[in-house]
Amino acid sequence: MNYDRFLNSKITSTKPSGIRKFFDIANEMDNVISLSIGEPDFQTPWHIREQGINSLEMGKTWYTPNRGLSALCMEICRYFERRFGVSYRSDTDVLVTVGGSEAIDCALRCMVGEGDEVLIPQPSFVCYEPLTAMTGAAPVIIETKAENEFRLTPEEIEEKVTDKTKLLILPYPNNPTGGSMRKEDYEAIAPVIEKYDLMVLSDEIYAELSYGEQPPVSFASIKGMQERTIVVSGFSKAYAMTGWRLGYALGPKDILAQMIKLHQYAIMSAPTTAQYAAIEALRNGDSDIKHMREQYDMRRRLIVSSFNDMGLSCFEPRGAFYVFPCIKSTGMTSEEFATKLLMTKHVAVVPGNAFGESGEGFIRVSYSYSLNHIKEALDRIKAFITEIKDNANDRSGA
Amino acid sequence: MKNRLLTLLQENCKFTEKELAVMLDTTEDVIHAQIEEFEQQGIIAGYKALINWEKVPGADVNALIELKVTPKRDKGFDEIAQRVMSFEEVEGVYLMAGDYDLAVFVKGHSIQDIAMFVAKRLSPLESVLSASTHFILTKYKSNNVDLQNFTSDTDGRECVV
Repeated sequence: MNYDRFLNSKITSTKPSGIRKFFDIANEMDNVISLSIGEPDFQTPWHIREQGINSLEMGKTWYTPNRGLSALCMEICRYFERRFGVSYRSDTDVLVTVGGSEAIDCALRCMVGEGDEVLIPQPSFVCYEPLTAMTGAAPVIIETKAENEFRLTPEEIEEKVTDKTKLLILPYPNNPTGGSMRKEDYEAIAPVIEKYDLMVLSDEIYAELSYGEQPPVSFASIKGMQERTIVVSGFSKAYAMTGWRLGYALGPKDILAQMIKLHQYAIMSAPTTAQYAAIEALRNGDSDIKHMREQYDMRRRLIVSSFNDMGLSCFEPRGAFYVFPCIKSTGMTSEEFATKLLMTKHVAVVPGNAFGESGEGFIRVSYSYSLNHIKEALDRIKAFITEIKDNANDRSGA
Repeated sequence: MKNRLLTLLQENCKFTEKELAVMLDTTEDVIHAQIEEFEQQGIIAGYKALINWEKVPGADVNALIELKVTPKRDKGFDEIAQRVMSFEEVEGVYLMAGDYDLAVFVKGHSIQDIAMFVAKRLSPLESVLSASTHFILTKYKSNNVDLQNFTSDTDGRECVV
């Protein structure tokens, strides 16, 4: 039977994620060492798991309120106040979602549709463009640049803004580049957002994985921006809780009220067990974050220095757990480089163009792996680069 | 910084001084001096390969021997511990709290070898009251290394986006 007639053309015309292809090849091979996974290698800290188990033992197996357990909503607001200095009302401004992804989907579907344009900086996480397209709105891509460390500038927004533009997505700290917006970078774009009367969807899921002296900044903390911002965050990256599927959205109550309505019909409520565990995470998980951040930070330093030593230039990423080295000096495209590296050295990385055309010439390398694993992978990549250079020299010599 | 350096070396003592300096955000000179200090203080007691002898054909047999001993006046357990650790078959000696006094790890070519060692050399020592020998069948984890590769070869993360 031909099902084409029964399928929504918006979904059939959506390209599958470019990350998938490399996993499929890598899974077929022996002795593969991967630097391609985009989730923490840590397990959820035990005391957090224990509270999940405890809630099950106590028989807490029902739905929660649609917006989430009120104790959790309160803890989220307290956390946001102490970490980012932004105040939200726990009874009107919070929605607990099934991961940050649901919050992104929900916010997009509630805010944009046919005739609207959404500004999406790229390279960025693969979901924004298809989820925007699914609403009927037009994704408008802003190509951020390596020389700016993939930060977004006010000029880049002005270049792409039209009278149809309604929403700007801010994907920082950024997957795949590790780029981060500092306070002054956010302050520089705020007047443009005001000038063109835009709303912002700020995906801050990696905020806790920020490195260096400056503490992480929420876009909502920038003067005048809280009322224009839906903040999306969650527990997956900060507390290594990806499998629990728990995130949240924070924002103006008039928008949140619509999001809760959609969430109520589509999802009902986020997983109950995960919500109990998340309360424990927010109350007693600060030291876990610190420990994991220190570990990521050591790996980050090692990997950035190694790539630069190999001659693959790599700016120092300030957030998330990815580095985004430039491979243009090898003369290969991102796909060629990643394929050849996988075939000859059995190391899996993701080609940069999987995150938008502006990622061409780069590869995404995840350091969410043990140091020994990373060291082995780096040795193989180094051997790969040396062979390429030797071949090039041989050719030019002959 | 000191504890993090030790933890890194414990994880892999083949990290170069440069790599350690990069990871700990300091200079190679600082790392070099610190390692030298650890060595002098005996905090770093050695660098040895962790060998999984079970994978080597004709490998040795290991046993844990629980020794009950009489401590000596003034010298306590130190004297008998020193005597026991001087046997070349002995790889580890620990003073324990509990049902016995010394935990002694020994290595031999065969079960027979170890049995003879216990009967002829260890048990006859003056302070030894009793010796109970347990042969090690399989090592699952040793020195914090998963010797069976139960965990290290399998990454449970399968999600693709």
